[in-house]
Amino acid sequence: MDTMGAVAPIEIAQAREAPLSASDREAVFETRGLTVSYGKAPAVSNVDLPIYRNLVTAIIGPSGCGKSTFLRSLNRMNDLIPSAKVDGEVLYHGQNIYGDGVDPVEVRRRIGMVFQKPNPFPKSIYDNVAWGLRVLGMKDDLDGRVERALTQAALWDEVKNRLKKGAFGLSGGQQQRLCLARAIAVEPDVVLLDEPASALDPIATTKIEDLMHELKNEYTLVIVTHNMQQAARVADMTAFFTLERTESGGHGVLVEYDETPKIFTQPDDKRTEGYVTGRFG
Amino acid sequence: MSARVNAITSTPALRARRRLGDRFGDVFLHGLTGAAAAAAGALLVAIAWKIFDIAHPAISKYGFAFVTRQGWDAIHSRFGALDLIWGTLLTSFLALLIATPVSIAIGLYLSELAPRGARTVIASLVELLAAIPSVVLGLWGILVLGPFVGQDLGPWLHRHLGFIPLFDGTPQNAGILVAVLVLTIMIVPITSSICRELFLGVPTELEEGALALGATRWEMVRGVILPYTRTGVGAAVILGFGRAVGEAIAVTQVIGAGYGIHWSLFATGDTLASKLAEQYQSATTKIQTASLVYLAAILLVISLLVNLLAQVIVRRFSHQRTGGS
Ligand SMILES: Nc1ncnc2c1ncn2[C@@H]1O[C@H](COP(=O)(O)OP(=O)(O)O)[C@@H](O)[C@H]1O
Ligand SMILES: [Mg+2]
Repeated sequence: MDTMGAVAPIEIAQAREAPLSASDREAVFETRGLTVSYGKAPAVSNVDLPIYRNLVTAIIGPSGCGKSTFLRSLNRMNDLIPSAKVDGEVLYHGQNIYGDGVDPVEVRRRIGMVFQKPNPFPKSIYDNVAWGLRVLGMKDDLDGRVERALTQAALWDEVKNRLKKGAFGLSGGQQQRLCLARAIAVEPDVVLLDEPASALDPIATTKIEDLMHELKNEYTLVIVTHNMQQAARVADMTAFFTLERTESGGHGVLVEYDETPKIFTQPDDKRTEGYVTGRFG
Repeated sequence: MSARVNAITSTPALRARRRLGDRFGDVFLHGLTGAAAAAAGALLVAIAWKIFDIAHPAISKYGFAFVTRQGWDAIHSRFGALDLIWGTLLTSFLALLIATPVSIAIGLYLSELAPRGARTVIASLVELLAAIPSVVLGLWGILVLGPFVGQDLGPWLHRHLGFIPLFDGTPQNAGILVAVLVLTIMIVPITSSICRELFLGVPTELEEGALALGATRWEMVRGVILPYTRTGVGAAVILGFGRAVGEAIAVTQVIGAGYGIHWSLFATGDTLASKLAEQYQSATTKIQTASLVYLAAILLVISLLVNLLAQVIVRRFSHQRTGGS
């Protein structure tokens, strides 16, 4: 199921600067009793999880445990699925984004997203980045903004001579970085990434991972991955979700949430330990 | 284990039989599909041949000048197609001008906006509109739409937009405008259901990508859905045009069998197809019949060209979707 072998040693980036000490952290998100259901069946249940500013937070866990569902509830992408229903609260800088009078469009302006499958628009490379800027009225110095976003996404050098060419001519890894550029061009506060590298080859994956280290200085990043080495490499904080079986099927729950090294080396919960050491079952 | 393997290893005899069976199936399939394709092509050629054959007396008598001449005088056997070509193109073009935005709007409504439960119901109602036999629609045109245009819509347009040549003249119960509206009603179900399919076919990831940037639904429609489906919509519109160009019965019923080339939509007129439907049975001379069939030949050429154009556009579809350049 997961791409990694049974008991692969997990390396944790040592050189990484220590995450802000617990007391200095500022929560961007705080979910309270968050339950997301499709129809009547909950997909993830009762999640309480703070997400901190300028850190990379990884969400790991087996397939179907509700990682994507949880992530999509952070910028109200689940609104697009008619059967999806959200209970509980998602506090974003203290404000419940599911509260009365909150405009999901405004929420998404601040909380961008990169999807599992690269999804560039059927437009030129330039227009892929410029489109969101135009829509949001950020039209001053459009060229400069596009260039900066592409540079930040480590794509500028590869595309600067073909900006007017169609985006579908790029490789998968380039397309994904274009989607990242598109997301950061509009200067969001948070970028959500749902298995952004799962469709990419190892080199492209490394590029995306390197980028995350760069980007967290400016953004708060939340990444879903089912590749544990990836989580270990990029994340400051890691949340482990698992599937809790019930008579009526099962739903995802948050098992443990802590600093990444702790999750991977001395987790508190047996289930976490089983998962990170590959003895998941 | 090895016995099991042996059982599925093909013997030379089995292989030979299989090959024979394969070859027979292959030949049969090729033959059948090839024959069907050839039959379709042959039928097209045969029909076109026959049309041009029957029209031959008129073609040899009037030559190409027939196409550029006005008037239809059966007594002196002076026939020309220009009035009718004008009437055909004007009515079809205007019908399309109305039908295109309406179809896009209906398609968007049914694929993106309508309450989910109501979507299929409304969609099938719209499609049922296409099921109305054109003679029935024409009758409705005579009884309801014509008087409405003649007494309400026409005068209103004339009063407010009379400075535009299209709305000059005196509104009547039959005429170009009624024909345009009837044609619009005929093509909207077709083009709108194609539009709906096209919009539904836009990958969800693309729509989500747009919305995740903080675009509104409308911005997403304009920025992603319409560009993505542009060529398909173009092809749908052209197919609708083909439908309008060839419609005879309903147009005959409401267009008022007029002469001349006018800009005014209140004038009566005629189209290639309606002229054929009006006069073919009652044609008195051989040359009149041949001239009418000459009209059919012109109509056939226009229709084929329109369809070819739609096909060319569809071929380019995949290129366009890759965006850029
Ligand atoms: N659009 C949907 N409609 C109904 N059920 C869904 C939908 N998306 C996901 N689910 C269900 O919710 C559960 C969690 O899915 P997901 O969040 O995609 O998990 P993960 O990303 O961890 O693999 C699964 O059981 C899945 O079948
Ligand atoms: Mg997922």
